[in-house]
Amino acid sequence: MSLLSVENLVVRHGLLQAVRGVSFTIERGETLALVGANGAGKTTLLRAIAGAHHPAAGRVLLSGADLSNVPSHRRVGMGIALVPEGRKLFVQMTVEENLLLGKTAGRPGDWSVDKVLEMFPNLKPRRHAKTGHLSGGEQQATAIGRALMSNPDVLLLDEVSLGLSPLIVDRVYAALQGLIASGTTIILVEQDLNRALAVSDRVICMLEGRVALEGPSKAVSREDVTKAYFGLHRKSPGSVPA
Amino acid sequence: MSNQIIQGILLGGYYALIACGLSFMFSVMRIINLAHGSLAVFAAFALWWLAARFHISPFVGLLIVLPLMAAIGWVLQRFLLERSARGGALLPILTTFGLAIVIDNLLFEQFGADTRSLAPYIGSLSYDSWEWPGSIYVGKLAVIMFASAVILLGGLQLFLTHTRLGRSIRATSEDPDTAGLVGVDARRANAIAASIAMVTVGLAGAFLGMRSTFDPYAGAPQLLFAFEAAVIGGAGSLWGTLIGGIVLALAQTLGAQVHPQGFLIGGHVAFLIVLFIRLSTSGLGLRGLQRLPTRKPT
Amino acid sequence: MSAVSTSPVIERGTATSRIAAIAVAVIIALLAVAPHFLSAGAVDRITALFIYVILAAMWNALAGFGGLVSVGQQVFFGLGAYFAIRLADAGINPFLALFTSGIIVGAVSWPLSLFMLRLRNGEFAIGMWVIAALTHLLVNLDRLVQGETGTSLISLNVYDAGARRAAIYWLALASMTALLAILFGLLRGSTGAAIRAIRDNEDAAASVGVRVTGTKRLLFVLAAFGIGIAGALWLATSITFQPKTYFNVQWTAYMIFMVLVGGIGTFEGAILGALVFFLIETWFGGIGVWYLVGLGATAVLFSLFLPRGLWGTIEERFGLRLLPVGYRVRFPAAADGDAMPSPPQATPYREKA
Repeated sequence: MSLLSVENLVVRHGLLQAVRGVSFTIERGETLALVGANGAGKTTLLRAIAGAHHPAAGRVLLSGADLSNVPSHRRVGMGIALVPEGRKLFVQMTVEENLLLGKTAGRPGDWSVDKVLEMFPNLKPRRHAKTGHLSGGEQQATAIGRALMSNPDVLLLDEVSLGLSPLIVDRVYAALQGLIASGTTIILVEQDLNRALAVSDRVICMLEGRVALEGPSKAVSREDVTKAYFGLHRKSPGSVPA
Repeated sequence: MSNQIIQGILLGGYYALIACGLSFMFSVMRIINLAHGSLAVFAAFALWWLAARFHISPFVGLLIVLPLMAAIGWVLQRFLLERSARGGALLPILTTFGLAIVIDNLLFEQFGADTRSLAPYIGSLSYDSWEWPGSIYVGKLAVIMFASAVILLGGLQLFLTHTRLGRSIRATSEDPDTAGLVGVDARRANAIAASIAMVTVGLAGAFLGMRSTFDPYAGAPQLLFAFEAAVIGGAGSLWGTLIGGIVLALAQTLGAQVHPQGFLIGGHVAFLIVLFIRLSTSGLGLRGLQRLPTRKPT
Repeated sequence: MSAVSTSPVIERGTATSRIAAIAVAVIIALLAVAPHFLSAGAVDRITALFIYVILAAMWNALAGFGGLVSVGQQVFFGLGAYFAIRLADAGINPFLALFTSGIIVGAVSWPLSLFMLRLRNGEFAIGMWVIAALTHLLVNLDRLVQGETGTSLISLNVYDAGARRAAIYWLALASMTALLAILFGLLRGSTGAAIRAIRDNEDAAASVGVRVTGTKRLLFVLAAFGIGIAGALWLATSITFQPKTYFNVQWTAYMIFMVLVGGIGTFEGAILGALVFFLIETWFGGIGVWYLVGLGATAVLFSLFLPRGLWGTIEERFGLRLLPVGYRVRFPAAADGDAMPSPPQATPYREKA
């Protein structure tokens, strides 16, 4: 059984359909990269999996269990953790307090404040600083650490490199490599196509709320993805997309 | 004069007690509960009823009334505030105002227009006093009240900054959606916060009944006192509430010195002056009222 | 199909609203001659109804259109009565004093607005209550008022009771009509667009250049003026002035009840709410406390389950609009096979109000 499966998911923001019938599955230990232009529905898809949006149709299954009526905080307890776009830290609270909040769901596992600080040594001197006063890289590290503190089975990463300098992005991805090597299941949204393909096992390219392309990261070419990204894979303009 | 100042400071403890629930609820849920004062009077009546009817001392009565208030807070949040807050920032004002009218008039229906007091049920405590150096007499009740306020505010501060539940409440107050995404049950955190607020309201009601008289319509002035103390106190710390309460009480004391009817006027005027200064220096709104205490960065 | 017939038509009124306008004129005319046919008691009751309509419409102007929920509007009600007493005591004709009092209340509210409008939501709501409590205490200090003992508008007693009753009735009718007309004119005019923009989304309105504070201030002063007039009229009907009665928060409770039940933010809703309140008071006012419990409980239930109120719900359900303050865009049905994009048939009317 797949660890996580998404079946014909439809999510609306008012009249706007952000996600229009998306299906995919992910196996334990796999890393899936979601790419696509702004507004393709990636963030909405991740937030719907985490329970922050209620789908209009379709469902999300975790190890076969339907999550339709499970609120977001209980999904954390079941093993889904989201590192949200824009980090969304509690800026009035310290790094340590933000990390400890990640433990609220009480899942057993070996992540602790000290282990997170070991993974992101730059956070060590900032342990008792309010996260509102941190640099972008430190904030991103805290956000990832907070999600890890819940000892998730599936980690959802939404644009973790957004707004960070290339050097810091390298550091964040080096830390992610460690996670991937340790067998954590990851779905990540990434704008940098090279990075997305390098780090993932499989890639899904979204276009206007639909899956435009899906394939193993090693097998798909940059050109294929670029075409899907801009919708050039359609046979002719104006025809109904598959 | 120094005697009156000390009495004023001690009275400030009562105002801090009644204010801390109001500002706590506002900082967590962004709701100003207009039924706040009426609920305090309800608690006072509940204690009075237990004492008059079953000869239960108000201090023992608190063991019944405080859990009851906690339950009321939970129900209030789940069935009234949560629903009305979804309709925007203005609707909870109307909902809680309607609730205040219902509570006031139900109390009137049940207990009539007579003024009541818990003083007859607490023995000599209502009039006993200690003599302090300089032949200053301070009422034992006033000191107990002040000490309770300090303990309550300190306890609340510690609870918010040093416990898991406290962290959850602070996270919810900052961003309820994200709180959900890190595993905090925001609805539960809000309901617990409302329960805690109502427990403080119950305690304030008890002291209201012990230190003075009350009647079914005494809720409105209590709400105004609470609001004034909370606003004067401002700042992101619960201790600000204590300072706000003391300033309010001292202003009232001063008002009473100036004019026989000046007690309440003094308080209102002090409130408006502080408000005026704060608005002309900071610009928009009373940001100070909205913040929960945070841990000091080291 | 020509392009002209498929382009949307901008309308201000509808057939219903034209009928309603005629009906309003007829009703006002009938009300104006009514005192000749009604008993003294009925004239007094209907005068009270006019005052309720003023109160509801003014509170609605502030809360429903300006987004400013105040729990302290009794301050203007009390001041309206107090200034009338003061002016009459200074020798001014009592009827003239009523109107002048309203103007003074409006003038006083202007500097108050500079201060209070910087508060938001609940802070504004209770802040106004504090202002009302303080004003009450200060009015009590006036020797003329004699504390809670109060005083009377004795100079009205020189008039014959019947003539006085009719005169107050007509004054109340005229005040109500004039205030509603001012409000209607405001909402239909260029300020109306600003008011509706603020009602729908204050921040967005400010970002496209709507003068949010100026518009709110206008509504605040109008509401103060109207409620001041209402307080002065109430004084004229009851003669006695006890500060406790006039500065009672109950008045604001009534306003909130009327507007919540009628439909907050709709022009017709406030009037309907006043009518409902008037009928409830007439039928159940005698049962005392339970009547007040009922009012409070109804307000809670409406705020929870029917926040748009009776009129808002009717309007939404049936697209009915008697006194249109906005615009509506009517799309003619598109012709068959027309290549022009046509809006969905199911929603031929797009209302922007």
